Amino acid sequence: MVRKLSTRRRHPLAGFVVLLFALVVAGGLYSAFRPAVADESGKSDAQLIAEGRQLYEVGCASCHGLNAEGIITKRGKNLGPPLIGVGAAAVDFQVSTGRMPMARPDTQAPEKPRTYDEGEVARLAAYIASLGPGPAIPDPEYYDVSEATDEEIARGGEFFRTNCTACHNFAGVGGALPEGRYAPSLHGVEPIHIYEAMLTGPQQMPVFSDEVLTPKQKRGVIAYIKTLEDQTAYGGLELGSRGPVGEGLWGWTFGIGALVLAAVWIANNGVRAERKKP
Amino acid sequence: MSSSPAARSKAGAASRSTAGVVTWLDERLGIGALTKKQLRKVFPDHWSFMLGEIALWSFVILLLTGTFLSFWFKPSMAEVEYMGSYANLRGLHMSEAYASTLDLSFDVRGGLLMRQMHHWSANLFLASMTIHMLRVFFTGAFRKPRELNWMIGLALLMLGIIEGFAGYSLPDDLLSGTGLRIAQGLMLSIPVVGSYISFFVFGGEFPGDDFIPRLYTVHVLLVPGILLALITAHMLLLVYHKHTQFPGPGRTNNNVVGFPLMPVYMAKAGGFFFIVFGVTALMGGLLQINPIWMYGPYNPAEVTAGSQPDWYMGWLEGGLRIMPNWETNLWGYTLSWNVLIPGVLLLGVLFALLAFYPFIERWITGDDREHHLLERPRNAPTRTAFGVAGMTAYALLWIAGGNDILAYEFGLSLNAITYVMRVAIFVVPVLAFIITRRWCLSLQRHDREVVLHGYETGVIVRSPDGSYAEIHRPINPVRAYELTMHEQHTPVELPAAHDANGVPAPAQGKERLRSRLSHFWYADDVSKPTKEELEAAAHHATNGSHALEDGHGPASGNGAHLGIETSGIVGGQDFGLEQKPKAP
Repeated sequence: MVRKLSTRRRHPLAGFVVLLFALVVAGGLYSAFRPAVADESGKSDAQLIAEGRQLYEVGCASCHGLNAEGIITKRGKNLGPPLIGVGAAAVDFQVSTGRMPMARPDTQAPEKPRTYDEGEVARLAAYIASLGPGPAIPDPEYYDVSEATDEEIARGGEFFRTNCTACHNFAGVGGALPEGRYAPSLHGVEPIHIYEAMLTGPQQMPVFSDEVLTPKQKRGVIAYIKTLEDQTAYGGLELGSRGPVGEGLWGWTFGIGALVLAAVWIANNGVRAERKKP
Repeated sequence: MSSSPAARSKAGAASRSTAGVVTWLDERLGIGALTKKQLRKVFPDHWSFMLGEIALWSFVILLLTGTFLSFWFKPSMAEVEYMGSYANLRGLHMSEAYASTLDLSFDVRGGLLMRQMHHWSANLFLASMTIHMLRVFFTGAFRKPRELNWMIGLALLMLGIIEGFAGYSLPDDLLSGTGLRIAQGLMLSIPVVGSYISFFVFGGEFPGDDFIPRLYTVHVLLVPGILLALITAHMLLLVYHKHTQFPGPGRTNNNVVGFPLMPVYMAKAGGFFFIVFGVTALMGGLLQINPIWMYGPYNPAEVTAGSQPDWYMGWLEGGLRIMPNWETNLWGYTLSWNVLIPGVLLLGVLFALLAFYPFIERWITGDDREHHLLERPRNAPTRTAFGVAGMTAYALLWIAGGNDILAYEFGLSLNAITYVMRVAIFVVPVLAFIITRRWCLSLQRHDREVVLHGYETGVIVRSPDGSYAEIHRPINPVRAYELTMHEQHTPVELPAAHDANGVPAPAQGKERLRSRLSHFWYADDVSKPTKEELEAAAHHATNGSHALEDGHGPASGNGAHLGIETSGIVGGQDFGLEQKPKAP
């Protein structure tokens, strides 16, 4: 063993192996000994709200106003809407998916890597929730779809097609809305965020309150979206799941392209083939 | 191996037995004498002559796969509860048409493959008809005596579109229902009779229970029957007219140069069928098309983003999408220009223009002769420009039809695309026309240049006084022949306003219009090199070397000038290398 190692110590890859080993050890030691994450549960609500307010004043107030009352520009445009009464669910959705804070004023806030960690989101949510009553962050029982029955999924699909496909597309891959806005793809979105989006209606999206879609129906919709994500592509390549436009593109490029090439090949070969003389 | 006596005798026996069968049949049916002439039928070779064949073979595939589908598809609007294999829809109530299509896709062995092949084949059928039509248009193959066959082809295209639309409307999924709703909207937009037509077609209010069974009969019986009859007529006329050919040595307006149907084209066409079948099967197996299980059953309350028709209806969809919302209210009735113009009139205008184009061109050019030789697109600049302008308009409408997909994929504003398209649809085709026409004329000029002065060899020679010139070499005679044997068109001249006795000619207005159009059509054509010009050029080429040796070329090195002056000066490879540079 030792002999084996010593003979290979000058192998060109030996340096990399040692480096890798050192990195793994250092990382392992760090994760074993790093200080535990601050425990949120010990803090009182008032404390969370106060900390949330501090975070808010730094990251959000420039658009939403110092007291979350919203800012109207001189031209009457809405720089940032009032946040009083939007509830913790709205904050959790917007900040956890990285939509807020926005990188710049735009027609729509795109999803992006999140700026605040979970604890900070909880503080912000607590602060906003303290300003006025609004939907709270849902408990897992509302969006946990791991045990959804086939029937629930089929019903959810029915609700999905009635309420969601008009903007998000039949496969949930998203679609365009007027003036450069869009309904984003639903693939890879956390169930809790889908639930919160239905509950709070972020950006262009309408609110699907519990009177319109009961929590059970919402869970069915989420379950259906999740099956769409995992579903086998029965027909082969899905070509973007954008309907006949993608199909036409492939028919014209791949199909007609291949057949025209075949026609050229057939016409240039056979009895009449004239090989170019060198 | 084949030289071994055993193998040879085996092959001989096989061919003898084949001959025996053929002789047996011939003695009883007399097909030999009947088909002898047709089997020797000659076809010219060019890849673009095989585009229509793709359509023909696609049609065969459509018949085969369609028959398979008809064994399981139930054209019925009866409500059933789906209990098949696809879990996401199980337990839902839907029409029998949709349920049977789901069964075809998930519970019939090979059903989904056949469905997808049928659908891809339909897309390819229409696409190949379209490019076949473009080939015929741009090469002038529609000219006398083939105008009627052009119109038959157009009827095939139109029926193909209807057939395709009927086909994807049958499964009664969300997308097909949305498409039918638009079709009903088009019917309703027809003034006065619109609502009656709609009620007649749908057997009452939309969607009703009658339409799917009716559409089924149209899709599997009526339209395929007419298609089959028209395809037969199309091909009989092809045989009767004989195939057109591109000009070349030995190819005239009175002959066809090529190889006989049997065995050469039998093999080529037969082989091509299998290639078309193979590509279609590949697409059917690998590329998902019309995933109806994702769309769900049709429900008038639902719609999905990305609701588009198949590509061949896409341009009509585009027209609808960019049309401003114009309506007129007359005595309590609404005239929906917003649907009538892009939906009904646009379709009518396009097909009317296409159908009458051969006659329009014939009238303008006054050309009443038979044409069996094809024209290169550049030699008919105005026709080519019209064609490209039409293609441009079609493409713009296509783009407009997919405006939401474009907006989403490229992060554009849906409204901006719509506004741009509203202007572009009027402006861009005109630009395309002008550019294409100039382009064709430039290519004509280039052809003339190449014939007179040879091609550019890429070899640069420096003359003793320091100027540079590229050596041009004459092109080979076959190429020169091909470049010069097209017709030199002359515009129709206005007949004299007064005859010899001073009597004014009657009805000049129409003639004047025709003459003006004809001048527009032809007047800018670049004239072919004449015999004298060719001889002068050849003479110049042989004597051109003096210009360089004398050093009379411009000392400043005017390459463009020299390039023509010294074209083809040096015959051998030892060009200029032996020349000693002059002392400055």
